[in-house]
Amino acid sequence: MDRYLLIASTICFLAAVVHTAVALRAGVFHPMRFNFFAIGLGFIFQTAFLSIRGHQLGRCPITNLFEVFIFLAWSVALIYILVGSAYRLSLMGAFTAPLVLLLQGFALIAPIDTRHRLNVPVNSWLEFHASISLVAYGAFALACIAGVMYLLQERQLKTHQLHSIFYHLPPLTNLFAAITRLLWCGFALYTVGIVSGFFTGHPLPRIQVVAAILLWLLYAAILQGRHLKWLAPTRVAALSVIGFSGALALLWGITFTAELHQVP
Amino acid sequence: MNVFCIGLSHHTANVATLEQFAGNATAESIVRQACCTEALLLTTCNRVEVYAVSDKRVSTDEITSCLMAKTNRNAHNYAPPFYRYEDSKCVQHLFRVASGLDSMVVGESEILGQAKKAYESARTSGAVGPYLHRLFQRAFRVAKQVRTHTDIARGAVSVGSVAVELAQRIFGKLSECKVLVLGAGETSERTARALVSRGVTDLRVSNRSLDRARELAQMVGGQTVCFDDWAAQCREIDILLTSTSSETLLLTHDILAPMLRERLDRPLFIIDIAVPRDVDPNVNEMEGVYLYDIDSIRAVAEQSLVLRRQQIAAAEAIIADHVVEFVDSISPGSSRMSQTTEHSSLGENALRASEL
Repeated sequence: MDRYLLIASTICFLAAVVHTAVALRAGVFHPMRFNFFAIGLGFIFQTAFLSIRGHQLGRCPITNLFEVFIFLAWSVALIYILVGSAYRLSLMGAFTAPLVLLLQGFALIAPIDTRHRLNVPVNSWLEFHASISLVAYGAFALACIAGVMYLLQERQLKTHQLHSIFYHLPPLTNLFAAITRLLWCGFALYTVGIVSGFFTGHPLPRIQVVAAILLWLLYAAILQGRHLKWLAPTRVAALSVIGFSGALALLWGITFTAELHQVP
Repeated sequence: MNVFCIGLSHHTANVATLEQFAGNATAESIVRQACCTEALLLTTCNRVEVYAVSDKRVSTDEITSCLMAKTNRNAHNYAPPFYRYEDSKCVQHLFRVASGLDSMVVGESEILGQAKKAYESARTSGAVGPYLHRLFQRAFRVAKQVRTHTDIARGAVSVGSVAVELAQRIFGKLSECKVLVLGAGETSERTARALVSRGVTDLRVSNRSLDRARELAQMVGGQTVCFDDWAAQCREIDILLTSTSSETLLLTHDILAPMLRERLDRPLFIIDIAVPRDVDPNVNEMEGVYLYDIDSIRAVAEQSLVLRRQQIAAAEAIIADHVVEFVDSISPGSSRMSQTTEHSSLGENALRASEL
């Protein structure tokens, strides 16, 4: 049953992607109506899936790589609904839907939904640490998407080659403001996530801790560079893309090593 | 009932020919002289067209004679390239005209305003009846739908509008942008006016001739900056519009680099419409600087036109649906016509009054 909900959610995101591709190809993209509705519906199905899975497990549904991917996709959709529409980043939905589709599509296809018998009792601090960190990743993902949009538009403006997509992208300064806010939002959540990790009472793998702190330092450096105006907007946009790539690598590493530890 | 359109446009006639037929007639005079039941005259710089409804066929010569009423020429001796569309072709032509598909600059919106004005003028004089009323109201609706559902009006196609559109793509709202106009020529003035019309309030003008700078500043509601001090303004402005007649480059990489270090987080949009250019092209390579000279602005305008032309098929499809629907609604055998007839039988004058 829960898997059907996930398939329904994935179909919603696929519909948003296909609609955007067709509309952009025809040059008649009107994003706010269909995309927001499709992403909203997909988000409802995601939430229902996570809720059912959480009840089945009796804990936050982030116990394996499959659930982590779905939770991350849910976080991206959540931040988009909360932040994306507020800034009216018209084409952000068009860029968000493919990322969510990729995450969910991979989770559905790859054989990563392995149910382990968890021998650790429910630890609220650990669950809080993991879930808040994943929501922070959602904010970083959207910052990355806004960064890609910024770089795309900046490139077109520099080269004087304005394609149809150019007219649907938000203004550069608005995009830059959105990147900055999303980075701050993600950074604050990630800081809370890291700090809460020290209250779990579990010894964390040193490599994970070091990698997480390095990622935190990278985002801190980006924000500091932005705040002190050392970094030009283009570099902040590029670094938000690089930062999220690092975050994804770290997430993969954490989940992979965690699963290794759980295999009997 | 016969609905037709007879006219001349930029497709078939040059300006001199169009001038021969513009301003000699009114919708009312056409109704009177050509024995039409309804008529509307649409005159713009690119077209002179008569839309009319008659019980019996009215020849093109009769309409031509009306359009030449005040001139000494005789329509029979003079054969201008008039076109004629009847019934569904006439409906389709009007929908295309109102949507900007028949315009010289595809997708321009001015024609819609001109068509509305022509309709209002004919309505006031009593030359428009229920048929043309419905036809034109539908045409305005079609034009709106075409603009909403296609990108036919997307992109700017003149120097001023390209500059404004690019500025909006970079800065969003222009109300908080600081603009420096360097050189007070005619194109600068037009572009400055376009920027002001989109919300720019902080506009500074600098020119070798301080009097001319003052004059332009006064016209666009800006302030004057001494020509020797203009370069220092690059520390704080967002948009630089330059069009001086200088023979040498006024703004180079070396001049701009130290100022950019103080404004790293804010983009600088430079519109260089001077010939020869005022700004070194290498400036475009600097971080956060977007330089557009007259060639690149023309290229953007051309790209916009290409994008618009790509939308023609989608627009034609919308129009085709409306033509079928409209013709069906007015054809005698259709159920909608029955409804209309029934409606008319309630009192045509009342209907006219309410519709008009």
